[in-house]
Amino acid sequence: MLTYLARRALVLLVTLLVASLAIFFVLEILPGDAALLILGIEAQDDTLAALRTQMGLDRPAALRYLVWIGGLASGTTGISHTYDVPVSQLIGERLTLTVPLALIALVVSTLIAIPLGMFAATRRGRPGDYGVMGFSQIGMAIPNFWFAILSILIFAVALGWFPASGFPGWDAGIGTALWALVLPVLSLALPEAAILARVTRTSVLDTLGADYVRTARAKGLAPRRVLWGHVLRNALIPMTTIIGLQFAFLLAGSIVIEMVFALPGIGRLIFQAVSQRDLVVLRDVILILVALVVVVNFLVDVAYTAIDPRTRRGP
Amino acid sequence: MKTMRIAAAIVVASGLAALAAPWAQAQSKDTLTIGLTLEPPHLDPTAGAAAAIDEIVYANLFEGLTRIDENGAVQPQLAESWAVSGDGLIYTFILKDGVEFHDGTGFDADDVVFSLDRARADDSVNAQKQLFVAIDTVEAVDARTVKITLSRPEGALLFNLGWGDAVMVAPESAANNKGAPIGTGPYKFDRWVRGSQVRLVAADDARAIRKVTFRFVPDPSAQVAALKAGDIDAVANLQAPEAVISLQADPNFEVAIGSTEGETILAMNNTRPPLNDIRVRQAIAHAIDRQVIVDGAMFGFGTPIGTHFAPHHPAYVDLLATYPHDPARARALLADAGQSDLKLTLKLPPPTYARRGGEIVAAQLKEAGITVEIIPVEWAQWLEQVFRGTDYDLTIVSHTEPVDIGIYARDTYYFNYESPPLKALMARLNDTSDQAARNRILGQAQRTITSDAVNAYMFQLAKLGVWRKGLKGMWRNAPVQATDVTGVRWE
Repeated sequence: MLTYLARRALVLLVTLLVASLAIFFVLEILPGDAALLILGIEAQDDTLAALRTQMGLDRPAALRYLVWIGGLASGTTGISHTYDVPVSQLIGERLTLTVPLALIALVVSTLIAIPLGMFAATRRGRPGDYGVMGFSQIGMAIPNFWFAILSILIFAVALGWFPASGFPGWDAGIGTALWALVLPVLSLALPEAAILARVTRTSVLDTLGADYVRTARAKGLAPRRVLWGHVLRNALIPMTTIIGLQFAFLLAGSIVIEMVFALPGIGRLIFQAVSQRDLVVLRDVILILVALVVVVNFLVDVAYTAIDPRTRRGP
Repeated sequence: MKTMRIAAAIVVASGLAALAAPWAQAQSKDTLTIGLTLEPPHLDPTAGAAAAIDEIVYANLFEGLTRIDENGAVQPQLAESWAVSGDGLIYTFILKDGVEFHDGTGFDADDVVFSLDRARADDSVNAQKQLFVAIDTVEAVDARTVKITLSRPEGALLFNLGWGDAVMVAPESAANNKGAPIGTGPYKFDRWVRGSQVRLVAADDARAIRKVTFRFVPDPSAQVAALKAGDIDAVANLQAPEAVISLQADPNFEVAIGSTEGETILAMNNTRPPLNDIRVRQAIAHAIDRQVIVDGAMFGFGTPIGTHFAPHHPAYVDLLATYPHDPARARALLADAGQSDLKLTLKLPPPTYARRGGEIVAAQLKEAGITVEIIPVEWAQWLEQVFRGTDYDLTIVSHTEPVDIGIYARDTYYFNYESPPLKALMARLNDTSDQAARNRILGQAQRTITSDAVNAYMFQLAKLGVWRKGLKGMWRNAPVQATDVTGVRWE
């Protein structure tokens, strides 16, 4: 188990190193000049040169890469070109929104999807099944930003239950903050729930046909105990994979929802950094997202071993 | 059992959510929340061109020696009066008494010298350094008197000193103004939640509005939803003309359609064949139907222009009749220039006016026999390819700086236009401080660029202000990029 973890950790580090090279190289060839974007079209040449020197853009690329990686290794991040504050501070502020948002959306989608998927599986071919599958089909087909706009129009503009956009911050009180996240969470969670419900149904159906389920029933276990005790646990492996993938998607993919709801999350930070060519911010944010995805995958691997002891023998 | 528990948890959770009070519906009458499209990169107007900086701090937090008012006129601000020497080379400013920065330090002549010297220093990162180019020396005569000596007459000096880029800062705090701005204005900086909002609070007792929050809502339709849901009270310049009609019909809102300094032009690369032939440029000017572009791209909000000047300015000359919409005439001019089957590229930056306007322009040029290939570009690409590299045939952009016809006299500007007569006019303009004489010269300059058909002039951007009924004192026009709330109150 320990060597397994150590090996995974090494893979994680190498992945990050390769990712950092790829990120730096791609951003290096991205057209656009951060100094020109900051100073605008009236800027004079000497002003531009002064700003480029101040930002360190006049140094060679290899040196800038080493400064970046060296800084990260010693725990310091660069100073954002546009915001002029340490990137770690920017990212820290944004993660306090994006991570809870993604986690809540993940929990909500799981809470919706697993009961629905199991319900459909146990009523295969009956109206309940068709109802759930119909919901799932619609949920997967609707783009989440469209659903977001629709929910703003109904629940914020027409009914006035929720704020239409924005996030008051956690210090405004946990109730107020969560209240502002209801619509974004639903917009993120419903399409994910639709996918997960479908996977759950298929996975549960597969397990329902297994011999040990028949045995469990034959020895007189209550159908509910068979379903929750034996079937669900065995059906969890493919579902865990999907949930892990979804979390990564929710973290990196909430950019559209953050734009629609004007939420100060990591997605909007990326969007602003790209349009401002704030490469210092961009490379750190992307690297952190890469790290988060790799870590989540690692946790999924660990979760497999918890769910299914057979996988402990390892690949 | 477990299903029951999960179901119970869901019920409890949704019950708790329903108990939490609906959000910020009650609007107390001494706060104001304004929606902004873009978040500023920082809050120092002397270190960046981003309009979003001035949209928060201009007049509210930072003040200059002079200021520009709602109608674009120069007014005294930190300088209560001034005198100009006969040759127009020496300006003597008398400063207001008893002014303090928000950190409690006093404002005096030394701060003026510091601010202006900092803005025009060699290592300055001021985005509008050309505002100060005529200044030779700035001296503190005594604590309340400042003498500015020019190396050449600069008729626009008082106007230039009213820009956000020329505001007064203190040596003690200037270095930290990006994150914690310290100015002399009636509102002081309170808090900036990055990505979300900037909050200012009143610094004196005279303000009816005690707390002003600028909330960043990037999407125009989200702005409209936030207005209607009561999250924000006002949007000073709504970027969604399509939403204005429905807001006008809504009794809860007031819509104010004003003017901006944004001349929206179809810019042409004057040295690139065949656009170096004036007949081709004139053909393009004849081919576009300005009113159709305004109606189609901006839902009717905007004023057609025939030259690079704002129609509300006293010096404006109506030159729309020079190139009326006439596809037949355009074809004739092209034939005359020996151009058949002309193909041009049109690079479009992201704003609505460019992307939507560009589609219509392309269709209109097609009618005149010119095939246009549309290339959408990001701002970063536009700045690099079009503006710096002048690698383009046609582009659409709005020039938002006030009275910026002087760009046509620059040696290298992205139109690649070279005109000794225009340069002579601009030199004369700098030597003239009498307003009537200046306006005459500006009129001649407008005629020069229009008769040379440097660019095809399309329309002046409108300012679409929307706010809750009962809010008074918001600017109708936008002569500078500002959201001046110093005179705003609820009724």
